[in-house]
Amino acid sequence: MSSSLAIQRENIRKLFPDTFKQARKSRLRGQIIFFLVLVYLIVGFFTLDVVDIPKKWKPQNAAMFVLDTYAHKDHVTMKWENHEDIKIAFEGNYRSVYGRDNLDKSIPDWFYKNSDNVGNVVEFNNKGKAILYKDKVEIVNFPKYERGFTIKLNSNGKPYLVGSEDLVIEDLKGFRITENRVEFRPTLYERIQVYPKKVEIHRYSIGWKYFWFDFSSPLEPYTFFEALGLTFSKERVVPEMSNLKLFLTEIKDNEAFMHGRVWWAMLETIVMAVLGTMFATVMALPLSFLAAYNVTPIKALRFTLRRLFDTLRGIDFLIWSLIFLRAFGPGPFTGIFAIGFTDTGTLGKLYSEAIENTEKKQQEGVQSTGASKFLQHRFGIIPQILPIFVSQSLYYLESNTRGAVIIGAMGAGGIGLQFLGALGTGNDFENVAYMAILVLAVVIFMDRLSAWLRRILIGSDQLIVR
Amino acid sequence: MTKALPANLEQIEVNLKKLTNQRTRSSLLGIAILILIFFGGTLVSLEANAGSFGRGIANFFNYPRDLFVDTFEMGWKYWPRVIKYIPELIITLNIALFSTSIGFVLAVIFAIFSSRNLIRNKRVIQFTKFFMDVTRSFPTLIIAMVFLYLMGKSSLPAVIAITIHTAGALGKLFTEAIENCDGKPIEGLSSVGATWTQKIRFSVLPQVLPLFLSYGILRLEINVRESTILGFVGAGGIGEMLAALIQWNYGADVLACMFLLVGTIIALDYLSAYWRHKLIGANQ
Repeated sequence: MSSSLAIQRENIRKLFPDTFKQARKSRLRGQIIFFLVLVYLIVGFFTLDVVDIPKKWKPQNAAMFVLDTYAHKDHVTMKWENHEDIKIAFEGNYRSVYGRDNLDKSIPDWFYKNSDNVGNVVEFNNKGKAILYKDKVEIVNFPKYERGFTIKLNSNGKPYLVGSEDLVIEDLKGFRITENRVEFRPTLYERIQVYPKKVEIHRYSIGWKYFWFDFSSPLEPYTFFEALGLTFSKERVVPEMSNLKLFLTEIKDNEAFMHGRVWWAMLETIVMAVLGTMFATVMALPLSFLAAYNVTPIKALRFTLRRLFDTLRGIDFLIWSLIFLRAFGPGPFTGIFAIGFTDTGTLGKLYSEAIENTEKKQQEGVQSTGASKFLQHRFGIIPQILPIFVSQSLYYLESNTRGAVIIGAMGAGGIGLQFLGALGTGNDFENVAYMAILVLAVVIFMDRLSAWLRRILIGSDQLIVR
Repeated sequence: MTKALPANLEQIEVNLKKLTNQRTRSSLLGIAILILIFFGGTLVSLEANAGSFGRGIANFFNYPRDLFVDTFEMGWKYWPRVIKYIPELIITLNIALFSTSIGFVLAVIFAIFSSRNLIRNKRVIQFTKFFMDVTRSFPTLIIAMVFLYLMGKSSLPAVIAITIHTAGALGKLFTEAIENCDGKPIEGLSSVGATWTQKIRFSVLPQVLPLFLSYGILRLEINVRESTILGFVGAGGIGEMLAALIQWNYGADVLACMFLLVGTIIALDYLSAYWRHKLIGANQ
C-alpha cells in the first residue's frame, strides 16, 4: 500500500518537475527568512538584556505595588517612651489621624482595650491581634500560627523576639529580624514592625476607602448613596451651603482621589484629541484636493504638497509637541497643534490618495451637463470620498486620544501629567490605578464612539481605505 | 402641462422634498454639534493653557529659530555631532524591531484564538477579544511608566510595553484578516481529514501571511515612533538623549537628534510603503 503510494508520488513528481522545483525554492526562501528572524531575535534578546528580566523583576516591589492599587492601610504608631499616646492614621498621613483635631472622627472599632484593661489591641481582618503593652508587643491569634509571640526591648534598647531560640523554622517564617528591627508580616495584609523607638503597625483592607468623600469631609460618615439621598433633604449637613452643593464640592475637592483635578485633566486630554483631529481634518481637506492629480493640473504644486505631507508626518508628534511646548507653554493648545500638524500630514496623504482613486465617470457625468470645474468636484468627487474622509478622521480620533495622553505626559498637561505625578510620589498607587482605569475607559469609549458614528454616518464600522 | 403630471409623480416630488429637508436638517444638526464642540473645546483650552494663545502664535518660530542659529554657528563641526547620536538611534530601532517581532508572534496566537472560523468555543473568543481590547487600549506610555517604576531604568519596560500594545493592536487586525479569508481551502482540508493545526498551516496561513506581514511592517513604523517617545520618559535610546539635550539646552545637538529621527521616520515611511506594495500588490 505505502509503496504504491510512493511510486505514485514519484510519478507525479516526474510529471511536473517545474512545479516541485518552484515549491522547493520558495520553501527554502521561507526557511532562510525564518532562520534570519530567529538569529535577530537571539541577538535582540541579548542586546536588550531581556535575560535580565528575572534579575530586575523584584517580586516584592511588584506585589506591594499591586497591593496598594486595590487596598488601603491604616497606620498604628506607638512610641515606647509614651505608650498611651497611640496614633492611628489613615495611610500614615498626618492630616488623617483618627480621634484628633476635633474632627469628630471616632476611633475605628478594630482598636480597643484588651480584656485585661492594660494592653491596647489592634485586630486585623484575619482576626489576628497585636496587643501593645508598655514594655512589649504580643502577637496572638494569627491563623496558621498555633502559638503567640512576644517582642520586647532588651537592655540595649534593641527589639528582640522572646524565646526565638526555641522556635522552629516553621514559626519564624513571618519574621524578618535585623539588629534594629523585628518585623512580622505573615501575609501582605498584616505588618508589625518593632523599632528601638517605636512600634508601627500597618493594617491593610481591600477597597478604595474615601473614594467619594475624603477623610476630613463632613459627608465622610455617609456612603455615596446616603449622601445622594441627603441632597434631597432640607436639613443642612453644614450650615454654609446646601446639601447638593456640599455633595458636589466634597467629591470635587476629594484630597485622596482628586476627582475634580483628574476629571478636568481628562477633559483637557479629550479636548486635545478632538480639536486636534478637527484641526487636522479641516487643514487636510483643501490641501488634499490640491495634492490630487485629477483635480490639480500643476505638477509642482502637487509635488510640494506631497512633500509637505511627508514632512509634517515625518516630524513625529513628539517633536511637534516639543516645539509647541516652548511656544504655548503647558496646556491643551500644545497637544491640539501637535496632533493637528502630524495628522494634517497623515490625513492629507490618505485623503489625496482617496481622491485620486475616485471613479471618473461621475465627474464626467457632471461635466456633460456643462457644470463648472468647481461644481464638477462638488458633485462628482465629494460624494464619493465623503464616507472615506469621515471614516479616516474618526479612526484617527481614537488613536489620537492615546496620543494626547502621551503628549500630556511629556509636559502638555492633562491626564498624562497627572498620572506621572501620582506615580512619582511612590505611594499613591490607588490613584495610579484609578487614572489608568479612567484612561482605559475613555480610550475604549472613544473607540466605540467612533465605530458607532461610522456606522450611523456611513453604514459600516470598518475602516474604508480607498 | 403641470396638470398632465400623473398623481404618483407628485407624490414622488413630495417625498423627495421631505427627504431633502430631512437631510438638510441632520446636516445642520451635525454642523451645529461640531461648532459647539469646537467652541467648548477652545474655552477649555483657553482656561487650562498656561500661556495665552496669541503669545504662543507669536512665539511659534522662536524655538526652531534658536535651534537653527545654534547649529549654524557651529559650521562644519556640526556633522560629526549627527554621527555621534547614531548608536542611540540604533538602540531605539532595536527596541522597536524586537518588540514588534515578539508582539507579532503573540498577535498571531491571539488572532487564531479569537477567530470565529477557527475556534468553536464562544467563551474563548470573547475572552481573547476582550483581552486584546484591553492591551490595545492602554497607551504604551502608561504600561512603560509602571514597569519603569518597578524595574528601574532600562530599555526593558519599553520592550514590554510596546510588545503588549503591539500584540493587542495587531491581534485585532489579524483576527479580521482570518475571519475574512476564504473558507473553501479550510473545507477542502477538512474533507481529507486534516487536523486543526494542519488546517491552519496549509489553508489559513498561506492566505493571510502577506496581509499579516504588511500590517506588521506598518506597525514597525509606528513602534519606532513609540520607542522614541518611551525613551523620552526614560527607556533609553535617542528619545532619552533628546530629553537630556533639551534640558541642557544644547540647541545644535537637539537639532541633530531631530534630524536623525525625522530622517529615519521618513525613510521607514517610504520603505514600508514599498514593501507593503510588493507584498500585497503581488498577491492581488
